[in-house]
Amino acid sequence: MRTKKSTPYLFLAPYLILFLIFIIIPTIMAVGLSFTNYNAVQAPQFVGLTNYINLLTQDTIFLQYVLPNTILFSVIVGPLGYLLAFFLAWSLSQLTRVPRTILALIIYSPSMTMGVAMTVMWRVVFLGDQSGIANYVLTQLGVITEPIVWMLNTQYILPIVIIVALWSSMGVGFLAMLAGLLNINAELYEAGAIDGIKNRIQEVFYITIPSMKPQMLFGAVMSIVGAFQAGNIGVMLTGSNPTPGYAAQLMVNHIDDYGFTRYEMGYAAAVSVALLGLIYAFSFVARKLFAPKDE
Amino acid sequence: MAIGGTKVNPSKFHKNQIPLYLYLVPIALFMGAPIVYIINHAFKPMDELFAFPPRFFVSHPSLVNFRNLFQTTAGSSIPISRYIFNSLIVTLAVVFLSILISTMAGFALSKMDFKLKGPIFEVNNIALMFVATAVTIPRYLTINTLGILDTYLAHILPLIAMPVCLFLIKQFIDGVPNSLIEAAQLEGAGSFTIYRKIIIPLTKPAIATGAILAFQSVWTNVETSNLFTSAEGIRTLPFYMNTLTSVGSVQGQGMAAAAALIMFVPNLLLFIVMQSSVMNTMAYSGIK
Repeated sequence: MRTKKSTPYLFLAPYLILFLIFIIIPTIMAVGLSFTNYNAVQAPQFVGLTNYINLLTQDTIFLQYVLPNTILFSVIVGPLGYLLAFFLAWSLSQLTRVPRTILALIIYSPSMTMGVAMTVMWRVVFLGDQSGIANYVLTQLGVITEPIVWMLNTQYILPIVIIVALWSSMGVGFLAMLAGLLNINAELYEAGAIDGIKNRIQEVFYITIPSMKPQMLFGAVMSIVGAFQAGNIGVMLTGSNPTPGYAAQLMVNHIDDYGFTRYEMGYAAAVSVALLGLIYAFSFVARKLFAPKDE
Repeated sequence: MAIGGTKVNPSKFHKNQIPLYLYLVPIALFMGAPIVYIINHAFKPMDELFAFPPRFFVSHPSLVNFRNLFQTTAGSSIPISRYIFNSLIVTLAVVFLSILISTMAGFALSKMDFKLKGPIFEVNNIALMFVATAVTIPRYLTINTLGILDTYLAHILPLIAMPVCLFLIKQFIDGVPNSLIEAAQLEGAGSFTIYRKIIIPLTKPAIATGAILAFQSVWTNVETSNLFTSAEGIRTLPFYMNTLTSVGSVQGQGMAAAAALIMFVPNLLLFIVMQSSVMNTMAYSGIK
């Protein structure tokens, strides 16, 4: 539509200003701080690439725990969670409206529990003494004889965090893919059947996925972000940062640890930049997979 | 009819759908079980909370946990009503303001022509991947510099610009027919009038979705309380709930479950009420 030159910018201004202040500028500051040593009391001192070099060579916690944990966690909760979300959405799209809506609602609910609700829920389930539901069920099934103190046992913390993260990952991306699936033109399927598509798998790859590439990309981006954001689950469930034995320590926790507990904010900023870089790299791959090439 | 006998979005039940139910229902049970458990837990009176073996469902529901929750003051002299009040103000402000700025910006990005249109939308798309926890320190410094630490603005301002909301709303506005806008312009309507009388009424589903997402992000947010405020009187409900949730003691469990419910149920109710609007919006949610 034709407008005065200034109109678009007037409409955009409130959003852009806030976007600039709270998203762009902090990101630039993070990059800037990452080249300094800063303890929040004295002025930052420029140290060049030292933080990054330390991150890759000296930070044993990072190399031994945080990085492997983050990769394991992200691969399972990210791509796997994404495939699961697609599979569930695909299954739901073939049901009638009422059961589908109810089941979709139930599957989406966990993603709304982010925060206190989730912490309380899972802490109660995984209570360390015999009255915790998890311990009780396992004892009844004969799998264990003594209650496990889940939140202190380094073996179980990460698997629990991964399960909880997967459980709560069916969020906006899942809904978007479901909507995308429901909006595919039915005639495409009939044409495909006539043209010789022989089974469901071919149908999914040749018709379904290409027809909803935009929603797949959105789902992928949401999934990646969710996987990296869910990092706080470990700290929330065990109640301590760092998690016992660094068992569930992910990059987000590492940043908080160095930034707010040890007050090495320059280093924390460097880890943040690394994290943002990782997220961007993942999303780049997603775009390559799903962006329509001819548009 | 698609291969295998099931179609997409069928209108009635067909036996080919049974295999789907066979795994969907158990998965739904797994998804829903913890939630149902905590709902029951919140209403259990003392003796049922203590019960061994632990019971899943409550048999004599009571409101004692909620009463305890409201009467405890967790060592600070601030009553829970203050936290509720803070949360209500902050939540209302965030939902209203984020919808306002997202619809305005979405309108511009969707329907107006200007040079920076493409790049701005691209930057916003990249910002979809933005994880706020990665830049908490710079954000703290920004808020400090702006002088709004320990104010309501510290809870409100960081949360209003939501790339996801802008994205969904802009995509939805794309679907508004240009002919409507042109007709209005021919009748002499200015941009703001078009915004008020055409765009807003026609994008209600996207507004509903944006409102839900904004609500979800602010109602349970503890970061703003943790990081940007230090005076107890200005903190919000989720922070207070967090400090109360000592799951160790049995009484603490009951209160924690009641608190979890208060945090979760508004989200759930809002979503149930608006879910068809949300699904409608999601149909436009593809990134091209």
